[in-house]
Formats: sequence, structure tokens, C-alpha cells
Amino acid sequence: MTVFVSRDKINSGFTAKVQRLADQNLMACYQCGKCSAGCPMAAYMDIPPNQMIRLAQLGMEDELLSCEAIWLCVSCMTCNMRCPKGVRIAELIESMRQIKLRTRQDHLQVENISEADLRAIPPIALIGSMRKFTS
Amino acid sequence: MKLSYFPGCTLKNHARNFEDSTLYAMDRLGVEVVELDRWNCCGTVYSLSADDLMRQVAPIRNLLRTRERGDSQLMTGCSMCFNTLKRANHRARANAEDLARMNDFMYDEPVDYAGDVDVLHVLEVVRDQIGFDAIRERVVKPLEGLRVACYYGCMLVRPNEAAIDDAENPRVLEDLITVLGGEPVDFSHKTECCGAHQTVDKPEIVADKTYEILGAAKAQGADTVAVSCPLCAFNLDHRQETTLKIHADFHTMPVVYFSQLMAIALGGSESVLRLDLHHTPLGPLLVGKGLL
Repeated sequence: MTVFVSRDKINSGFTAKVQRLADQNLMACYQCGKCSAGCPMAAYMDIPPNQMIRLAQLGMEDELLSCEAIWLCVSCMTCNMRCPKGVRIAELIESMRQIKLRTRQDHLQVENISEADLRAIPPIALIGSMRKFTS
Repeated sequence: MKLSYFPGCTLKNHARNFEDSTLYAMDRLGVEVVELDRWNCCGTVYSLSADDLMRQVAPIRNLLRTRERGDSQLMTGCSMCFNTLKRANHRARANAEDLARMNDFMYDEPVDYAGDVDVLHVLEVVRDQIGFDAIRERVVKPLEGLRVACYYGCMLVRPNEAAIDDAENPRVLEDLITVLGGEPVDFSHKTECCGAHQTVDKPEIVADKTYEILGAAKAQGADTVAVSCPLCAFNLDHRQETTLKIHADFHTMPVVYFSQLMAIALGGSESVLRLDLHHTPLGPLLVGKGLL
């Protein structure tokens, strides 16, 4: 992926918003890559966790809010536990989901879940999915 | 010993095998379990947003219900409920301002929450309050020859404020299986995520995870994987059907709740195991090992 860094993007307010919603300091990350190394979902992501953090530092709102990776993170907390800088990556990814969800851009269309799935899948999975993917 | 108990939604339907076996085992171990008479949903997942106090209120209300009973401990078996309740409690205790705002919001509650209830997982009660020695004395049917891969998933060990054991190499389940007479195997994937709620939207990812996790257990010669989370149980057991379709070399394996193994070893009958709720049959393995 090619991205163009600009002062406008860096100062757009996106970085500050992500940090505020997550109560985290994005700038503490020095790109060791440990979060992506241990992430159980990284293999399915279009942007691995360490790169999501780097893009967020640079204010790359469009790239992050349109990527698939923010929806693949399941908040398993492996990255948070292993980050040598104490950055809570899961919280930062959650804040990117929240920026979408709080403008009513749902990721999961509940009405598309089949009757059979609604019956077979346990409530904790359905509710967890709705909590993470809907506004 | 008497303990307040929070079952959570899934133990009342899809995971009745978890609840029935837990209640049986607790009874055999002399623990009187009292279900809260007015519990509500824990919220399922802990809210990670810094500004989202509203969603911490549901778990905190359950702690108020516990206090109303005059109790200061609340036990739960579901790993997800445990994690959500424990972390909400941690936030309330660590941040007086947050707690005050939550209490303000719950103006309909006659008493404020003061952060004075401990959230306990069944495994903590087993290890720290009942004790493995007391359990050993009560075993009537040792799990002889049963090789068990112990699977913790995420919610019992992460993050630190909710962990019941070491995050990278927990031992409590292995210790329990040993006390019950079974044989825990070394298991590389014991804290690897199963894919969690992706099972709704992307079951094929969960099928991949099931393939990896159960494959690692099989490679160690395990007969079964023991779990403590109804979502892990669903993903590792029921998603085996999807796993078989994607991975032709996949070998199915029965999944069991740790509480079912306790119930068997403590003399429980088949009725408390609710084997009908399993996708990959558990019965034939138990019969083969002389445990049923």
C-alpha cells in the first residue's frame, strides 16, 4: 500500500480523536511489531495491527476507516499483554470502530443473520457480535 | 460455604451442560450455590472506550444485587461474564470519579455501589477456597487414561486485571485435571484465541482456528479439549462441521467443559452432563475410557 503523508492529515484531529476514545498515547509505539507477531487475526487482516497504529499516528483516517482489519480484531488482548511500551492496541482499534459506529455505519446487518443461525449460535456470540459491529 | 452465583444467559440455554455439571460439582464439594434472584445481562464484552461509562452500568448492577444479599463475593462460570464483571469492577474500584458517575446514573438503586464485591471464577473457587486436596478426597471415579488438552482461551487470562493465572502459561486447569486423575498434555495453543464473535460473521475464520487449536491438541495425543467458555465451546465443537468442509485432513475431537470432568470424577450421573448439547459426541470417548 502506498500512502502519502501530509501535514494536513497529521493535524486533521483524527489522531487526537483515536487517542481520546482509547485513553492511550499512540506516539508511545516504536514499531517493534510484537502486536502483529502474536495477533491470531493478523493473517486475515489487510493492515496488520502495528501498521494500523503507524497509520493512526499519521492521521490516515480514510485508509483506516475503510479497511477490513479494524473489524477482524476480536479484542483477545494478546497484543496489549505483550506490548513492551504498554500501549493498549485493542483499545485503539476499538476507538476506530467506534468512530464508524457512532455515525451509524454498522458493520453487521443483523437482519441478514439467518433464522437457523439465530437459533444455533449461543447468545454470547450474537450479543458480542452486535456490541462490536453495530451502533 | 455459601456463594452468590451469576449464571449469565448462555448457561441457561446452549450451555446447560456447563451449568448443570458445575452446580453438581459444587454441591458434591459442599458449596451452597445461590443464584442471584434478579440478575441482568453482564454486557457480554467489556466496553473498551474511555468515555463509555453507560455500558459499565449493567455489570455493576449485578454486583449491587450481590451486596443486597449481604454477600461480598460473586461466582460465575462463563469466562465472558467473568471477564466483563471483573473488569467493570476493576474500573469502578480504580477510578472513584467513574464510580460516582455510575452511581449517579443508577439513581433508582436504593444503595450506591462501593466497589466492595469480589468477582470470582469457578476455577478460582476450586483452587483457592475449596482447594485441590479437598477435591482429591472426593474423587470417586478418577479420569484414568484420559488425556486432556486444557484450553483457557482469552477471557480467563487477559488482561492482567482479570487474569486468574499466568497469562502465557496458566496451570490451574492442568492442576485440576491431575487431581481428578486425568492426564493433562502439553498444549501450545492453550491461550490462543478461537475467533470469538467472528463465528457470526466469518465462521470460516473460526473454522481455521478450530483446525489449528484442535490439531495442536491432537498432535499431543489429547483425547479431548477442556474449556471454560461457552463461546470457545461452540467454536471448537459446533464449528467442527465447517472445519471439516474447509480442511479435508481435519480430525474431529470432542470438547468438554472442565466442570463436566469434575462432575464425572465426583460421581455424577449422565444426566448432569447433558451430552445431547455436544456437536461432536463426547459419550463414546467417556464409554471407551470406562467413565460412563
